[in-house]
Amino acid sequence: MSDPIIKIEGMNKWFGDFQVLKDIHLEVEKNKKIVVCGPSGSGKSTLIRCINRLEEHQKGTIIVDGTELTENTKNIEAIRAEVGMVFQQFNLFPHLSILDNCTLAPIWVKKMPKKEAEELAMKQLEQVQISDQAQKFPGQLSGGQQQRCAIARALCMEPKIMLFDEPTSALDPEMIKEVLDAMVNLAKAGMTMIVVTHEMGFAKEVADEVIFMDEGMIVEKADTKEFFANPKSDRTKLFLSQIL
Amino acid sequence: MNKLNFLRPNIENLNTYLYVGIFLISIAILDVTLNSFFNTNITSFLPNFISFLLPLIIGTVGLHIIRIEFSGIKNLDLLNKNINTNTFNAVLTLLIIFAVIKSIPPFLSWFIIDATISGDTKEACTGTGACWTYIKIWLNRFIYGMYPNELQWRINLSFIALIGLAFVGLIPSEKIKKFLTLYYVVIYPIIAFVLIYYLISGGAFGLEWVETGAWGGLSLTFIVSFFCLIFCFPVGMFLALGRRSDLPTVRYISVGFIEFWRGVPLITVLFMSSVMFPMFLPEDFFMDKLVRVIIAISLFEAAYVAEVIRGGLQALPRGQYDAAKSLGMGYWKMHIFVILPQALKLVIPGIANTFLALVKDTPLIFVVGLLEIVGMLNLAKTNPKWLGYAMEGYVFAAIIFWIICYAMSKYSYNLEIKYKTDR
Repeated sequence: MSDPIIKIEGMNKWFGDFQVLKDIHLEVEKNKKIVVCGPSGSGKSTLIRCINRLEEHQKGTIIVDGTELTENTKNIEAIRAEVGMVFQQFNLFPHLSILDNCTLAPIWVKKMPKKEAEELAMKQLEQVQISDQAQKFPGQLSGGQQQRCAIARALCMEPKIMLFDEPTSALDPEMIKEVLDAMVNLAKAGMTMIVVTHEMGFAKEVADEVIFMDEGMIVEKADTKEFFANPKSDRTKLFLSQIL
Repeated sequence: MNKLNFLRPNIENLNTYLYVGIFLISIAILDVTLNSFFNTNITSFLPNFISFLLPLIIGTVGLHIIRIEFSGIKNLDLLNKNINTNTFNAVLTLLIIFAVIKSIPPFLSWFIIDATISGDTKEACTGTGACWTYIKIWLNRFIYGMYPNELQWRINLSFIALIGLAFVGLIPSEKIKKFLTLYYVVIYPIIAFVLIYYLISGGAFGLEWVETGAWGGLSLTFIVSFFCLIFCFPVGMFLALGRRSDLPTVRYISVGFIEFWRGVPLITVLFMSSVMFPMFLPEDFFMDKLVRVIIAISLFEAAYVAEVIRGGLQALPRGQYDAAKSLGMGYWKMHIFVILPQALKLVIPGIANTFLALVKDTPLIFVVGLLEIVGMLNLAKTNPKWLGYAMEGYVFAAIIFWIICYAMSKYSYNLEIKYKTDR
């Protein structure tokens, strides 16, 4: 058993007086796929936003790839460069073309030569099947295409870990599949992934482990088969009965 | 309106009604036109009151007659839909047309027909119209101020050079394109400063020194506006970022700076820059009046620019910051490549607004004794040989300012269209 690539110990987070995350313990090994589910407001998004420090935690430790997340901005930037993230609202840069969206960070953060970055971007866009849209602007693409571009953009940084924050929640039903397909391909390629989602079909297909969160706590953490076959806590059973 | 139903046209007698209506409207407009341009009243045989209202009545009837729904004639339908929907609108339309016709003759006669442009002295102006002779004689001063006549080629040369250098961006070469931003933000202002410092001011390379007090007129307007625009923009940008910074010191300094400059009138700032400021400087330290004025106006306008840009920064969704951060970008990379390009695009109208206000504020530098175009006008109108021509001067200045500002405003529209990538 290898060392965990993400190690969270006793992590607590407050928004003002309100405690969003309570005593989180989580270890993620390399190449594992974790699905995080739970009702809205349970802190799932906050949890994965803490992993690349888009949110600060107040107590406990988070160690990503051997580096602890602290105030040190250089460390944080280094970690963010190797942790890709995909958002619910895509968050593509609307003033840049699809290709420029993908090459911006490799060129300026990783100092990659422009030619090389463009080749890499085209390869990643090919993977998510939107290479023919490379010269268009985000506003001209459908939601599904935008989200696939967002995945390609994150992959262009050649990350070790990918975080997905409800990637399909803002999409029309017929576009969900194309995004999920891209994610399944990525999972099969062996990427370490943490996915916050309500798509239980996706969880069953690719996840190694499922985490169920409620009220800022990890209620249940189990192997995928185990989780769906016989959930332990009543809260999980109730949630699954409503969502399946 | 039921009793007027016999006047309601339908599609069969459309042509008859159309011609009658147009004829009546033409009569009405003709009557007003004759009255206005040639002072003749073709309806003078009627009682005074009726004669006065007749064009309005005839015109209204005419418009009523041509109010044919779905006539199938595109222009007529457009007219009926927009300015002839009912009798009230028809009357308003006619009144506006009449007012325009009535105001043209006095306007024309003052500007052109009765105006004078020949001659060299006040005595040439005998007409009742404008005395453009005054502008003609003083034009040189209005453009160059008190700058010595025989040295004015230096101003011309430097302005032509600057305008020429501004078009470097149009060279379609990939090699140059990379450096365009650097060129416009850093190199171009430096070239401009060097040109103006050595060519217009002189004092080196065998050029005679001309003190800034002698500069003036339109060229000074351009110089002050140009440098203030160039300097206030980056300063305003940094202030806007500073005001949103996480570092308390930076934030409070920015807030204090912005609120101070927004709270004082420009005229006091200028006054203090020329009178109070030198008192705090060491004895042997000399800073030119013009330089002090440009710094003062730049800082003043920077506070306004900062607030405009802050509006743009606030309009961006938080997701843009998240996305940039999640890709490993630091503060400056995030702002330079992701945040500022979008925020600045959003605030082009607001920036244009501030810049226009800046150009129109430049006449205020008269309080420190610098006379740009309006200052020169004020000087000229108090000249004993040319008393009483203030009107011509101000109209002239208004036209000049309008041309400058309209060009700037058009340019900002073009920028907006150019950078519109989201539809």
